[in-house]
Amino acid sequence: MSVAADHPAFLQHHFADPRQQHESAKLGMWLFLVTEILLFGGLFCAYAVYRAWYPEMFYNAHKALDVLMGGINTVVLITSSVTMALAIRSLQRDRRRPAVGLLLATLLLASVFLVIKYFEYSHKIHLGQLPGKYYHFTGVPGTNPHIFFSIYFMMTGLHGLHVLVGMGVIGWVMVRTARGAYSHVYYTPVELAGLYWHLVDMIWIFLFPLLYLIG
Amino acid sequence: MDNQPPVHSYLREPSGLKSWLLTRDHKRIGVLYLIGIMTAFVIGGVLALMIRLELLRPGPTLFTPDTYNKIFTLHGAVMIFLFIIPSIPAALGNFVLPLLIGAKDVAFPRLNLASWYIYVVGTVVALYSIFAGAVDTGWTFYTPYSTQSTTTVTAMTLGAFILGFSSILTGLNFIVTVHKLRAPGMTWFRMPLMVWALYATAVIQILATPVLGITLVLLILERLFGIGIFDPAMGGDPVLYQHFFWFYSHPAVYIMILPGMGIISELISTFSRKTIFGYRFIAFSSVAIALLGFLVWGHHMFVSGQSELASMVFSALTFLVAIPSGIKIFNWLATMYKGQISFTTPMLYALSFLCTFTVGGLTGIFLGTLSVDVHLHDTYFVVAHFHYVMVGGTVMALLGGVHYWWPKMFGRMYSEFWGRIAAIIIFVGFNLTFFPQFVLGSQGMPRRYFDYIPEYHSLHATSTVGSWVMTIGFLIMAAYLIRSFSHGAIPGDNPWGSLSLEWTTTSPPPTENFAVTPQITHGPYDYDQMTAASTLARHGTGAR
Repeated sequence: MSVAADHPAFLQHHFADPRQQHESAKLGMWLFLVTEILLFGGLFCAYAVYRAWYPEMFYNAHKALDVLMGGINTVVLITSSVTMALAIRSLQRDRRRPAVGLLLATLLLASVFLVIKYFEYSHKIHLGQLPGKYYHFTGVPGTNPHIFFSIYFMMTGLHGLHVLVGMGVIGWVMVRTARGAYSHVYYTPVELAGLYWHLVDMIWIFLFPLLYLIG
Repeated sequence: MDNQPPVHSYLREPSGLKSWLLTRDHKRIGVLYLIGIMTAFVIGGVLALMIRLELLRPGPTLFTPDTYNKIFTLHGAVMIFLFIIPSIPAALGNFVLPLLIGAKDVAFPRLNLASWYIYVVGTVVALYSIFAGAVDTGWTFYTPYSTQSTTTVTAMTLGAFILGFSSILTGLNFIVTVHKLRAPGMTWFRMPLMVWALYATAVIQILATPVLGITLVLLILERLFGIGIFDPAMGGDPVLYQHFFWFYSHPAVYIMILPGMGIISELISTFSRKTIFGYRFIAFSSVAIALLGFLVWGHHMFVSGQSELASMVFSALTFLVAIPSGIKIFNWLATMYKGQISFTTPMLYALSFLCTFTVGGLTGIFLGTLSVDVHLHDTYFVVAHFHYVMVGGTVMALLGGVHYWWPKMFGRMYSEFWGRIAAIIIFVGFNLTFFPQFVLGSQGMPRRYFDYIPEYHSLHATSTVGSWVMTIGFLIMAAYLIRSFSHGAIPGDNPWGSLSLEWTTTSPPPTENFAVTPQITHGPYDYDQMTAASTLARHGTGAR
């Protein structure tokens, strides 16, 4: 990439300098993350309402979730956030190969998360612990246990969707990194992907205790 | 005499359909949005005429009750989601925002184009829903009926969900643009009030819309998978839906009106040739309205069975919105006081706005009052109130803005004579249509009914005649605006003698907006200091 002194190739024409472009991109990403939190906010709100209405049912139903699998997944996601952050650090030091490796590690950890999620889901589907009108499990005492599983599947499902999107984004910046598109001068897309990935991680860190742990 | 606009303008360079469909120029995207919202406005307007025609006399007139339910639902959904929410921010806002702050473009031009395509996709999905059988729930999609209705609720709500993304991306783009792309010297308090209004609107767009998004997803899941969240038979709560819905949709009212207020500030100052009175108060009142807008959603639910305490709190909070709204109105009046008012077409719309929005705002106080609302709830009083705010407020401001920036957008002047005629006809028709509905509502006529007792006949008939008068006004407007493309006079760069930045570049502007990055040395409304002969001389050529 040509990095001319006054107009590097990555600088879009309507920005005065790289710094302005970088700051704009970051502000845009943070605002987008705010909207993501609000999107999940509706579900957190539904969770709070129904938990307040059916505290015992929630307690009984939450025991159906596998704390070990959820716990492993929590560790997996936090580790993936670390590898993501280290990848950005590597790019800041112009160490491109380790950056690609760390992005690949992030991708692999994300797929581990999804594989574990797959086992959890298929187990629940097998038992009939399904959302809403498809619920036919009989082991949870209390009225309307299907609501817990509706909320469980919606929250983790929406989160899982975000993991998938995140993997796509990380995969894309990984290929671009391997092709040498980024350096210590310009690595904004990787940083933005990282911010997004940290949010995905953070939302899970809220979901895990709310759904699996609180008794 | 030169009868062609400048050759080097964003309208001509680059040329070809593909250059428009792949453009990243905010001005072209604004024009694309303008085409989109005007199409939606025509569709929604035809549906409105059908509603009024059915109500011309008591008893079945044209439609079955089921068809009538679908027509008013589609009228509401099309007008709200396809027309009024994107109207000022996405169409006019996209065009003027970078010009007003001296930027070359919005912060994320590609995202801007994407949001237009998302708007188109959402529109197509919503229109598919209409042709696949239409929706009969009312535009609010209230549960539990909306989860049981056999009409195409899923497609319509999916369309609204997609349109929400478009709105979020536009808002996000605007906030970053205002923060990061202001020209040198453009301090926050030198920004035109239109920019403050768009900024406050953008804050609402990104904070409220995601909640509507997840609500509509929940509604779709409820219909597809019976998740039971909103279904009382399964332990769910339909009132929760209303809370979620109005947490978005009340702030959305301010997505509709705040940018309109921004336009009015520009118009009143320009056409009174005076410094805007209380600049900071108007600026901060936009932000205050945006924030208060999030605290008042419960006033839609006074009779829904929420707790009385909640209703009282929401009632009290609702009254607070009157303060910043009043600040704006009084500041505009003070701006006009002893000004040199020129009654151009845009100014006529601004004055219409002042009348109709004030009526709409004051009747909002009736509805925000808990005890009175119990009587007026779901009557034509509510219908009249929100049409005074949305049509009398937003649409009047939109039309004022379209006429004000028309010469800047297209480099052509419309017929000022016909412009004024149309503005007056629309104002008269509007009041004829909606004022009788206040009376109908206070007499007890419920909204959304396709039939009524004979006692209401004369008021309903008046309202229907009013809708035709208004239509005549719109048709005249369409005629002279279309004619202006080929026959309009060339206006020059600054036909109104305005001091804000967009008038310092050519009309229409070049692709990069300004030949050189402007240096801002004064505020947009310093008419008192700058009664320079140049601006007055130019003014003489524009407004005949």
